[in-house]
Amino acid sequence: MPLDNVVFWVFAPIAVAAAIGMLVTRSVVYAALFLVVNFGCIAVMYLVLDAAFLFAVQIIVYAGAIMVLFLFVIMLLGVDRIDVRSERLWLQRPIAIVLAIGFVLEVGAAVRAGVGFATHAPVGFEALQPAGNTQAVAEVLFRDYFFPFEATSILLIVAAIAAMVLAQRKVRAITQAELGEELENEAADDVEPEIEVTP
Amino acid sequence: MRTPIAYFLLLGGILFSLGTVGVLVNRNALRIFMSVELMLNAVNLTLVSFARMHNDLGGQVLAFFSMVVAAAEVVVGLAIIVSIYRRRRTIDVDAAREMRW
Repeated sequence: MPLDNVVFWVFAPIAVAAAIGMLVTRSVVYAALFLVVNFGCIAVMYLVLDAAFLFAVQIIVYAGAIMVLFLFVIMLLGVDRIDVRSERLWLQRPIAIVLAIGFVLEVGAAVRAGVGFATHAPVGFEALQPAGNTQAVAEVLFRDYFFPFEATSILLIVAAIAAMVLAQRKVRAITQAELGEELENEAADDVEPEIEVTP
Repeated sequence: MRTPIAYFLLLGGILFSLGTVGVLVNRNALRIFMSVELMLNAVNLTLVSFARMHNDLGGQVLAFFSMVVAAAEVVVGLAIIVSIYRRRRTIDVDAAREMRW
């Protein structure tokens, strides 16, 4: 049994199991950690598929940056308060599962008709990239896809600004008059303390 | 590489449908978002598989762009979730109903 077959059959079940675990676990934090495992397994798949550059990018961007962002937001919102668990449509879950199984069967049929289960990848992929995968990807990226690459930088700037605008608290500047009014109110509260009556 | 390409495509299909189930059954916005990430990753795996099958690096470059767009999407989406949570103290997607017809 060749080595990449072994690697595939070790990591593909882990990827599927982690995805299922993400769906069934009750805790949002566990779901995020299952997703990290799944991303790691997909990164290994990239390595098997001779995409070493995307392996590194997958680990850095997905397993690193995006999942840290997810966990940060989970912790920011409060882990115990954000889980929503009641069902409103009782048939929703069975129908979704049936549709998913149908989709997998459909993909299987399409792959069988279009690619075939015995088709191996052609040899000579390494000959395309004599200096390694990263150099080859960089050559294609900066020669053929240079304009999309530059457009991506604008997209990232816009996304960063949008995130800051959306997530900021609305703090209004307090004028001097309002500040004085507020202080007066506080002084009035001090003179006449509120009495709480508990029934 | 001796593993048939079809296996990678099938793995991508299985992960994509699991992500679809997550989007369909969950009402927690964060969980829905994680499931969307799973679907994006499944599609990236398919792209890289086809790049390997056709001896063409364009598929890997497209997967790279898709990762960049996914990162931007996560940043904006999580900011929206945070601001919805600030406004109404919940991230149940059924609770945001102002734009419902």
